[in-house]
Amino acid sequence: MSKNCDESFTERLKAAERRHGLSAQEHQEQEPCVPQDTQKANQSLMRVALQVGTEMFSALLVGVAIGWELDHWLGTKAVFLIIFAILGGCAGVLSVWRLVRSMETS
Amino acid sequence: MKADPSINGLEQFELHPLLGSVGKALCFSQAPLYMIISAGVVLAFLYYGIKPAAIVPGRFQASVEISYEFIHDMAVDAIGPEGTAYFPFIFALFFFILAGNYIGLLPYQYTFTSHIAITFALAVATFTLAVIVSIKNQGWRFFAHFMPEGVSLFLAPLLVPIEILTFLSRPVSLAIRLFANMVAGHVMFDIFGAFTVLLAGFGVVGDVCAVGPVVLNVALMALELLVGVLQAYVFAILACIYLREAVAR
Repeated sequence: MSKNCDESFTERLKAAERRHGLSAQEHQEQEPCVPQDTQKANQSLMRVALQVGTEMFSALLVGVAIGWELDHWLGTKAVFLIIFAILGGCAGVLSVWRLVRSMETS
Repeated sequence: MKADPSINGLEQFELHPLLGSVGKALCFSQAPLYMIISAGVVLAFLYYGIKPAAIVPGRFQASVEISYEFIHDMAVDAIGPEGTAYFPFIFALFFFILAGNYIGLLPYQYTFTSHIAITFALAVATFTLAVIVSIKNQGWRFFAHFMPEGVSLFLAPLLVPIEILTFLSRPVSLAIRLFANMVAGHVMFDIFGAFTVLLAGFGVVGDVCAVGPVVLNVALMALELLVGVLQAYVFAILACIYLREAVAR
């Protein structure tokens, strides 16, 4: 329903633009296309970089927290902390890998 | 910004009891106050926007309708047809965070999203909802997701904990992302503001140079307006993604 509306709207918009001598091509020429694209790419790259950082850090944090609590609970000194810190680091790398792979496919 | 010329960017996040002795007894600080204000602003925006109920909406009503449709489309696109059931939650989440971010940008106001306790509570609420929905939808098969397909049993003791940790790190990364963005922005405001005051103490040359940090702060405000809406959007879209996985059978 809404898709139909959108289509009819774009058609009407195009017709109106043609009437007023504002074709879609002219519109594109007027707008600075290239810098916008690069800006967008830069922005998304920065966002991805930030996301990668938070993913790795949070996975490590969860691993360390679980290891710490297990050590505290079972009275073992630093055994679980070491194991879960390593596992948390692995989990961070795994989630980053998934993120990058999902970006490649999309 | 504050008049104290020493640079301490983290001072602004300190919580102080409000409302005298009553507030002290209730531990009522700026954070709950601004959460109430944000919720009130969102509710007032919706109530007064919808009140005219005109067939041809005015600007105010149109803005409410656009925001409704924006989140509705986002929820349905990301989650699927079942998304309508979770749309109120996503809507509340998005506008609560957005209101908090934007109210915090006004001078002399407090940003409650710069506290990890609050962002973590929001993230845990989202995460708990996703887990409950998945268990309700998938039953015991939900736990089978932690065993990747096509992996030998030999590697399972290593991979299953990693999968569980990846899953558990979701609310943490959700919370840290919002919290870190807000803290970084406000610390930068504070530092450039303090630079201005410091430079202004160096006579005429300082007065001229002090324009630099002010200009930077203006640019930073534009960036923070973007970051405020972007972080609210990221939080909401990630909540949608987690719910989509929960809803999938």
